[in-house]
Amino acid sequence: MSQGITLAPSRRLKKRYRAEQRFKAYCIAALLLALAFLVVFFSDMIRQGYSAFVQTEIKVDVTYDEDTIKFTNESVTEEVSPLISRAFYRTIPRQVEANPDLMNTTQTRWLTATAHVDQYRKGYSDRLDPELKATLDRLDSEGRVSYGFNSGLFFSGDSKIPSNAGLWSAFVGSFYVMIVVLVVSFPIGVATAIYLEEFAPDNRFTQAIEININNLAAVPSILFGLLGLAIFINFFGVPRSSALAGGLTLSLMTLPVIIISTRAALKAVPQNIRQGAQAVGASRWQAIRDHVLPLSLPGILTGTIIGIAQAIGETAPLLLIGMIAYIPDAPTSMTEAATVLPAQIYTWSGMPEGAYVSLTAAGILVLLSLLITLNATAVILRNRFERRW
Amino acid sequence: MKLRFQNTLGAAGIAAGLLAAAGTAQAADQIRIVGSSTVYPFSSYVAEELGATTDIRTPVVESTGSGGGMKLFCGGVGADTPDITNASRRMKPSEFEMCQKNGVKDITENVVGFDGIVFAQSKSDDAIDLTREQITLAVAAKVPKDGELVDNPYNKWSDIDSSLPDREILIYGPPTSSGTRDAFEELVMEHGSENIDGYDEAYTTIRQDGKYVPSGENDNLIVQKLAQNKAAFGIFGFSYLEENRDKIQGAKIDGVEPERDLISSGEYPVSRSLFFYTKNAHVDQVKGMEQYVDMFLSDQMASDRGYLKNLGLIPLPEDRLESERSEWESRAKLKASDLEG
Repeated sequence: MSQGITLAPSRRLKKRYRAEQRFKAYCIAALLLALAFLVVFFSDMIRQGYSAFVQTEIKVDVTYDEDTIKFTNESVTEEVSPLISRAFYRTIPRQVEANPDLMNTTQTRWLTATAHVDQYRKGYSDRLDPELKATLDRLDSEGRVSYGFNSGLFFSGDSKIPSNAGLWSAFVGSFYVMIVVLVVSFPIGVATAIYLEEFAPDNRFTQAIEININNLAAVPSILFGLLGLAIFINFFGVPRSSALAGGLTLSLMTLPVIIISTRAALKAVPQNIRQGAQAVGASRWQAIRDHVLPLSLPGILTGTIIGIAQAIGETAPLLLIGMIAYIPDAPTSMTEAATVLPAQIYTWSGMPEGAYVSLTAAGILVLLSLLITLNATAVILRNRFERRW
Repeated sequence: MKLRFQNTLGAAGIAAGLLAAAGTAQAADQIRIVGSSTVYPFSSYVAEELGATTDIRTPVVESTGSGGGMKLFCGGVGADTPDITNASRRMKPSEFEMCQKNGVKDITENVVGFDGIVFAQSKSDDAIDLTREQITLAVAAKVPKDGELVDNPYNKWSDIDSSLPDREILIYGPPTSSGTRDAFEELVMEHGSENIDGYDEAYTTIRQDGKYVPSGENDNLIVQKLAQNKAAFGIFGFSYLEENRDKIQGAKIDGVEPERDLISSGEYPVSRSLFFYTKNAHVDQVKGMEQYVDMFLSDQMASDRGYLKNLGLIPLPEDRLESERSEWESRAKLKASDLEG
């Protein structure tokens, strides 16, 4: 009898252990699957994108004189001329204007090759004219062809000439948008959270507000675009496509994230800190300002950074307010037309020329590194300053 | 770690200030262009060239689709409305009316070139020659059979005509929002259905049983799918065929190859004109508008030796380009009667 009692539970125990093992295995499988997706995505992006960070350059003699200012592609020898990107030729008159000493001289320069040459050398396309291939091979054997760092990818704006296209204007646009989002949604978000968490009475009205805020955080972002178009552009007359319009629209999206995370951070501060402050005569506001807020600041900042990172990666609402457009000049103010990084990537992905495939992937890599940096900052902030009670 | 609340208050003040300032800003020193995604690459190239070679700020070019562009363009006159709209079809009379109603009365219309719509397949397939009637029967939702319209029963090309290959019908094409779809329906299906006995009137409904796959506005995706799936055909603009000739080939339509010269001469049946519309009331207000349109219509850009050809634009014949230029020079005013018929 006593044997029966001990045997049955141990059998059941084994069964429960097995179930636990199985469950653990499922969880690990799910994790591995997610990891596999991530690895495939990253390696695909890196495989497609790494080549866009370098560009074929050709060493040629450029002649500056009356003739070549007019017929700019005659500034280099006829044989090499079709290999060089048009982005260089069209700047010749302005180069001379900026530096009149160039006139009637011949300069040896490393010039960016056309996208066709570049794609051919990188092995992506075989559409180069056989004659040009021969010329290119000869130049190569003379050591006049090499890869150079594609600084234009970071320091020039969008272009319809793939070898000249870069992310600069989108960088500046994203920066301005980020500033607007920060300036608008941080103070409003934190103030709202403080009121709801510290001052507001718990009644139907505040509950309704709370539910609505949580709901807003889950609203599809395209709807914020419609709202932005109707309110900021059509009603307030904010210029279409401007960083201000984009930033305000994205602020609507970021606000609930900041409110929710700020409230969580405030809630984590123990009640006795408030009571302690009030016990020695501090007002409610003094207790919050001098004790609760400083202690919850790491949590608030983490939430803000994550919210902003989300806003930087967003495109859908920007489509409606005209920021997904060809805007190669970096904006110099909040009200000028601007585009942002994900919008630039989207634009490139639709271009017919093959060279934009690598540019798209390179743009994605740059955007991802930016987001990883932001999110890592959030994690570091949290780990360094977080207090546990 | 004491929070300086004053800063936060200051920031809120700045935000309010920004909002207030924005209402009055928007200097008209930058050209705004909207409209067709087909014209967008050409238009933005000209914009870039203008910005790179002159002191004029690079115009902003937004790809909104032909219809979306008209809506914005006809929204009114003033700094917050676009100066030029591109279109891959002619302005509709209803859009012209909307323009008139909102005070956009002085518009100049220009044709800048042609675009061919190709029916393409993987390069490794055998070359194929289709008629517009055959294509219509392959994509129509209903086809005539024994005197009445029935749901399209064709699964293979050989079902339509025994001379066609024994190959699954699978077509990747533009969605309903696209101007390419409008043009395809008009130039292929309307024409095709008129020549097939059994359709009482022009028939342009496309089947939805999975044989025709609407593939979004991104034509690069269709090109990639064709490279992978040898059975499939794709419908898109000529420039995508031109850029991907190493992967795909165009089908002959009614015996004509989709080649630049044949599209330009009008022999290739599925081609359309590309337009842009200029708001003349803005020409003196916005710096650089005149230079932009001049450049778009210049030999250097739009002619047979011009740069836009490299991007897939099919140029106008020389005399036609010349007459477009003189229309622009005289700021020829678009009239409702121009758009009828």
